[in-house]
Amino acid sequence: MIKVALIGAGKMGISHLSILGAHPDVELVGVCDTSKMVLDFLSKYSGFNCFTDYQKMIAEVNPQAVFVAVPTKLHYSIIKDLLNRNIHVFAEKPFCLTSVQGDELIKLAESRKLYTQVGYHNKFVGTFNEVKRIVNSGALGSINHFTAEAYGPVVIRPKQETWRSDPSEGGGCLLDYASHVIDLVNDILSPVSIVKGSLLKSIYSKNVEDAVYSLLQLSNNVSGVLAVNWSDETNRKMSTSITINGMKGKVISDANELKVFLKSSSGVVGYTKGWNIKYITDLTPKVDFYLRGEEYSAQIDYFINVLAGKAPNTINTFKSAWYTDKAIELIKESAK
Amino acid sequence: MERILFGDNQFFAVNHISDEKSRMQSIKFKDDNAIIKTLDEARSFGINTFMCTTHDRIANICNVIRDNPEKYKDFKILPCMPYAHKYANAVTELGIADTLKQYVPGNFLGSLFKGGIAFLSKDYLSIMELLVDAEMKMFKGIDTPVIFLQNVITDLFLGLRADEILVAFYHYVKKKYNADAGFITMNMPKLLDVLEKGGIQNPIICSSINKVGFRMSGGKQIYEDYLRTRKFRAVAMQVLGGGAIAPKEAIEYVCNLPNIESILFGASSKANIQNTIENIQYFDSK
Repeated sequence: MIKVALIGAGKMGISHLSILGAHPDVELVGVCDTSKMVLDFLSKYSGFNCFTDYQKMIAEVNPQAVFVAVPTKLHYSIIKDLLNRNIHVFAEKPFCLTSVQGDELIKLAESRKLYTQVGYHNKFVGTFNEVKRIVNSGALGSINHFTAEAYGPVVIRPKQETWRSDPSEGGGCLLDYASHVIDLVNDILSPVSIVKGSLLKSIYSKNVEDAVYSLLQLSNNVSGVLAVNWSDETNRKMSTSITINGMKGKVISDANELKVFLKSSSGVVGYTKGWNIKYITDLTPKVDFYLRGEEYSAQIDYFINVLAGKAPNTINTFKSAWYTDKAIELIKESAK
Repeated sequence: MERILFGDNQFFAVNHISDEKSRMQSIKFKDDNAIIKTLDEARSFGINTFMCTTHDRIANICNVIRDNPEKYKDFKILPCMPYAHKYANAVTELGIADTLKQYVPGNFLGSLFKGGIAFLSKDYLSIMELLVDAEMKMFKGIDTPVIFLQNVITDLFLGLRADEILVAFYHYVKKKYNADAGFITMNMPKLLDVLEKGGIQNPIICSSINKVGFRMSGGKQIYEDYLRTRKFRAVAMQVLGGGAIAPKEAIEYVCNLPNIESILFGASSKANIQNTIENIQYFDSK
């Protein structure tokens, strides 16, 4: 059993708690939050050991790993403290508010040989993994363009301000929605290295952008378009997609459906000349407990496997999330 | 419950394999009349039970049903609560406490928060009951013999080990609505164990059951074992695996399983409704 604690039982934190609570290899030793109502519930019904002060929690319950699901602004100081106490860390996305902070945490984790993960769950979505496999196989030939998009209904009217509407706390469409899409591009193709221009548009929000449109160039010199809008209520929930154009074919994929067009037979098993359609039903990872999508359980399974020495720490590391933080900085800079 | 239950995913653009199809459904069912028309088509093939989420638009459908008592004489609705996106969006915007303040009717929560004292178990149960009542309002005067808890809530509490809330839901809908509680879940075996431990015998459990093992957590084998050896009233959903399995093959698999009381499916076109029903009837008769 691996002793795990969680800081921040908000929307993502509660979801992680439920998955951790059902995990056969996890002993949930402590939960920290500021809401009395949430903590009273979790101690009464779940029997979790609850705290309002995370330092007190760490000292008392001595976890091997901690899930950090607090507002992004607080990531740096809390994660630094945890690493200094030799605790493995799973952090919610985005990683940090600046690449300088992230850099320091990566070095600290490396020097102490600690395992790290950031919750970019698209890495555990079957269709996107298949896109990566197809790109790496060379079946698309030389890649000349990509379009990476996400749309959803988060802010669809002028509304009450929360930390998500405060840029200094990690609010806004760029850090929240767009970070997922950038991370996917970084992973499937190559990290963003140059941002040629960006539009950060407010639609309903006063202080943050609700849409991000950007021209990106990657470190492998492939370029493409990022288009993300969280004020689009024509999507019932967040819908992320990526289109990749190559000399020999094209891929269009969202989290449910993968469409691959090949100009000729590729040699990739399962794909023939012309259009090939695959569904998440064929590609999804099998999980033992399902809450909101296989990917949320799969990412936690993976982290626990890493801690147990059953898997290498290669997916969604602090380092990979740092590339996304860096791209976010470049986009902000280019929009000035 | 009837052998075949008609679902509502298609009306609200819920499609598990294609965003394009989901968009087309959203266009097709823009008007409530289109929903009523499809429900009437399903009724024309003998389906008299509509299992639906407590989406705002269902209130309009309920009005039509109430306004035409003769036409919908034997029509039943099995509500599935809550429509989770409503709450999920509110939690993103307001946080958990303020979301509850917004959705729990009256000033029950306000006075709790003001008190500044510890929350008691009965307070949480009161919150649950008030939320159930709020969701049930739209169904007043309509026959709702089973009331379901949506999978995201069932499974959230299951993972949090808050079994008592699930058991309390069961007892509350029995007491207040004289209805059986149903539980939708993506983790059927685990849930059945927990409900039995909580003293609920022969519970109604609706879960994904399909030939490819899609959304059958822990694997198809354990689901089949539970159907064979355990006592519960199983409702099979996602029998077509989101549309990825050929309909005949999909239905044949489910109809051949033991102990499936009802099959839930949704479809947009009259032809698909007819086709699915005929397939179920064909394999049931074999």
